[in-house]
Formats: sequence, structure tokens, C-alpha cells
Amino acid sequence: MENLYSFFLDNLLIIYLLAFTVILGFEIIAKVPTVLHTPLMSGSNAISGVVVIGAIILVRLTDPTDYLTLSLGFAGIILGMINAAGGFVVTDRMLEMFKKKKK
Amino acid sequence: MLLTFIIEAFFLLGSIGFIWGLRLLSSPDTARKGNIYAGVGMALAIIASLIMPFGENVPNNYTWIIVALLIGTVLGYYSAVKVAMTSMPQMVSVFNGLGGACAVVLGLADVIHYYDGTKVVDTLGFLTVLLTLLIGGVAFTGSIFAYAKLEDLVDDKKVTLPKHSLVNMIMLVGLILLGAYILIQGESIGMEAAIVFLIVSLIYGVSFVAPIGGADMPVVISLLNSFSGLSGAAAGILFDSQFMVVGGILVGASGTILTVMMCTAMNRSIWNVLIGGFGGSSAVGSAAVGGNVKEISLNDAAIQLYYSQSVIIVPGYGLAVAQAQKICKEIDDQLSANGVDVKYAIHPVAGRMPGHMNVLLAEADVPYPKLLDLDEANSALSSADVTIIIGANDVVNPAAENDPGSPIYGMPVLKVWNSKSVIVMKRSMRSGYAGIENPLFFHEKTKMLFGDAKEVLGKLSSEIKSL
Repeated sequence: MENLYSFFLDNLLIIYLLAFTVILGFEIIAKVPTVLHTPLMSGSNAISGVVVIGAIILVRLTDPTDYLTLSLGFAGIILGMINAAGGFVVTDRMLEMFKKKKK
Repeated sequence: MLLTFIIEAFFLLGSIGFIWGLRLLSSPDTARKGNIYAGVGMALAIIASLIMPFGENVPNNYTWIIVALLIGTVLGYYSAVKVAMTSMPQMVSVFNGLGGACAVVLGLADVIHYYDGTKVVDTLGFLTVLLTLLIGGVAFTGSIFAYAKLEDLVDDKKVTLPKHSLVNMIMLVGLILLGAYILIQGESIGMEAAIVFLIVSLIYGVSFVAPIGGADMPVVISLLNSFSGLSGAAAGILFDSQFMVVGGILVGASGTILTVMMCTAMNRSIWNVLIGGFGGSSAVGSAAVGGNVKEISLNDAAIQLYYSQSVIIVPGYGLAVAQAQKICKEIDDQLSANGVDVKYAIHPVAGRMPGHMNVLLAEADVPYPKLLDLDEANSALSSADVTIIIGANDVVNPAAENDPGSPIYGMPVLKVWNSKSVIVMKRSMRSGYAGIENPLFFHEKTKMLFGDAKEVLGKLSSEIKSL
């Protein structure tokens, strides 16, 4: 239990951040109309590519002779980057179709 | 000091870009800008992560990073430009899977370093590692399997075990117990247990998606989307990155909201979707449906549509399968030219992912103000002259309103029978995905037009032209 208390106190800021982001996320996304649900999904999908940041940091901190970790990080960056780049591009393609029809 | 300031400012701006971008997605007019803001946010964060200072003797390994970034960007860009709009659910599934896989990789690196002693992680930290492996793993294999299902590479029935929900339950409980054991034992038990934990998580991802299929696909995709976000957030805690946490949580929230919306649209609880198949034992329609099916000739249909005041089109997945969106839009143009008010009624679960039908129609140049959502459609339907249903079935089934014995009783449907007359375009009298009889086809207002949607619409279009 002691452990839990100190975890809570040590990480207070990130816990605030978690709580507020959850609330903010629900508030913003609940307002997105049905018409845009597919672009919302592919756009938020692109955002889940944030994992690429972790992979970059991992590779930067890895000893150049530690090939196992380097390969893991290398694969991670590719995977995350496909997710991020592909997600934003495909969402843009979709939203372009919605936009040009406006009269 | 200055460098640190710039980097943290980039991460902050990146997070704001995400939030503001999603906010702008709430209107079709600003949505494109919103996506660009989010993309810029991501770019800023990637730059920041490349230059953030870690001290003097950091290896950096920039060659590895730049090569990987380039490969990822090219592959992502290329597939995004190539993909057909009908395959959007597959695309989103694959991307979800990749995001999950990336989180797994990050978790795995932490596992390795924890057990070889190069990184010190406390119990709660290691709990986060396990969560990253579990959620990321399920998002990874689950999404790839969902992709295979959407591409019809696997048969739903063949991958469902007897007592499948029990198998899943046992696996999940096993994972929780194993996780607890790993946490309690700490470093002493070695890396093998954590690897087993990861492997079981990966199997669980497949097993959890296996029995869900067909009409439930929008729910699964939304849920996996939410998982890929949450795995990112968990990895964010591992890397102490507020930016990753914010991004991951936003995706988690969006996936969760869409999951709930899809479940509401089908009047089923999330538990019900995850546990039980739809077409199985529950689908025994109670009231026997009978009566005469009336057919309508193409010529009569053309005349009826052309000389009415308002027409509502109800597109279903059958329309997308037949690739008939463009020809549908042609008929729309022909009718509109004669002063007919043409609108589209879109049920929330039309298509194979949330909002899929809207995108398909937008691709065929249908302006979005013509697309009505469930509530708008139901009020417009009561004053419509003709409703034409193309490849939709369960979402227009009156049994959902008036037959308490029906498995879809209580599901919100489009009340097409309130319009003055109904034309149903359908390949055959076969029942829909759910295997439920549709009394609409025997309704006094209903006339049937049998055949492949694209072919029939093409003929209908030339009939209208000759009027």
C-alpha cells in the first residue's frame, strides 16, 4: 500500500494529465458527426502512431553493439511511421472528397 | 537550456495540434484543416524526439533512425495513396495492427533490459510494461486477423471453436494470473515468463476476434482502434512522455466512443458482441412471415421515381459490394434534374466501419448535406414519396419495432414503411447477415426489384433517360 501512495504522489502530474485528457477526449470526439466517423477513425489511427516517438528515443539510447535492441527499435520506427504517415495521408484523401463537393 | 525549452515546446505544440485537430474534425468544412494540424503536431514531435538532448555520450544511431523513418514514410504514403475507399476498413485495421506491434516492440525492449539488469523498473512500472504487451499484442494480432476476415481470407465459422467464449475467458483469466505472478516474483523468475505472457496475449488477440464477424465488424474495428491508442498511452508512461500519453488517450477515447455508438446502433451490449455470435442460436425469428411478394418492372419503377417529389435512397453494404455508388449518383442527378428532391438515409452501421457509407458516397461525388443520419432520416421518411432500398436489409426491418420475439427487436432502424411507397432492390429473397426474415418485403407498400445492384441501377438509369 505504501508503494501505491508514493507512486500516486510521485506521479501526480501525469495522473492529472491522464484524467483531463480522458475527459477532453470524450468531449471533443462526441461532437464529431456520423458523416465524419471514418475519417475520425483513420485520423485518430494516425495519432496512435505516437508510439514512433518511443521507438526513436529507444534507438537513440541503445548501445551501437546491442543489435537485438537496435533491430527491435528499427522495426518499431518503421511500424509506427507507416501507421502515422499512412494514416494522415489517407485521412486527407478522404476529407478532400468531402470538401470539394461543398456548394 | 534553450534546446530543452524548444523541445518541450515542440511536444506541447504537438499535443495541442492533436487536440485542436480533432476539434476541427467536428465539421466537414474544417475537417481537412484539422487533420493537417494533427499531422503537423506529429511532425513537430518527431523532430523534437530526434534532437532532444540526452547528455554527452549518447550513441544516437541516427543512420538506423533515418533509414527506418524513410522506409515507414514511403510504405505508409504509398499504401495510403493506393487504397480503394471500399477497402478503408482493411486499411484502418492494418494500421491499427502496426501501431499495436510498435507498442509491443517497445514493451519487449523494456522486458529485455529489465531482466539483464541494464534498466531498473519498479513493480508499478513493470505492470505498465505488461499492460503495453497485453493491449499492444491484442491490438496487433486482433487487427491483422480482422483484416484477414474483411478480405474474406478466413471463414468466420471455421475459426470459431465450440465454447469459444469459455476459451477466451480462460485465456484472459490465465493472463491476469500469470501477470500477477510475474509482478510478485520480480526479476528472480527470468525473462521466459514475460515472453510466455506476450505469446498468450498475441494468441488471445486472434481468439478474441475469431468469433466476431459480418455485421459486428464496425464494433471490432472501433474497439481495436481504442486498444492501439491505449497501448500507445501505456508505452508513453514507460518513456515518461506526456506527448505519447496525450495522443494515446485521445485515440483510446475516440475508439471507445465509436464502439459504444456502434453497439447502441445495433441495440446490443459490448459484452453481447464479444461473447456471442449473431447468426447462431439466437436467430430464431418468432412470428412466421408470409404473404405475397410484389415485383415491379423497371419501367414502372423509373416512372414512379421520375414523377415523384421526394425520393430517399437507403444504401446498404450490398451497394458497396456491387460498386454501384457512381451509377446510383447518376440516377440521383437524373432525378434532381427533374426537380425531385433526392436524399440518402444512412444507418450508423451501414458499411463495415463507422461512417463507411458516407465516405463511399462522398467518393461518388454525393454532397454531404444530402446524407441524413438516423434521426433526420426517420423524420424525412414520413413525407417521402418513394424510398428505394439498395442492398440493405436488417437496418430496415420492421420486426425491430414490432416483433418482441425477433433477435433484432429494439435495434433502431430506418422506418422506411412510413413513406408512401417502397422499392426494394435485392439480389434474391435471401435473408440478411443476421439470418432474420424481413416482413418489409411482404409489406403492402413494398415492391421488389431483383438483381445485382449495379446492373439493375444501370438499366433503371437508361429507362429514366428514355422517359
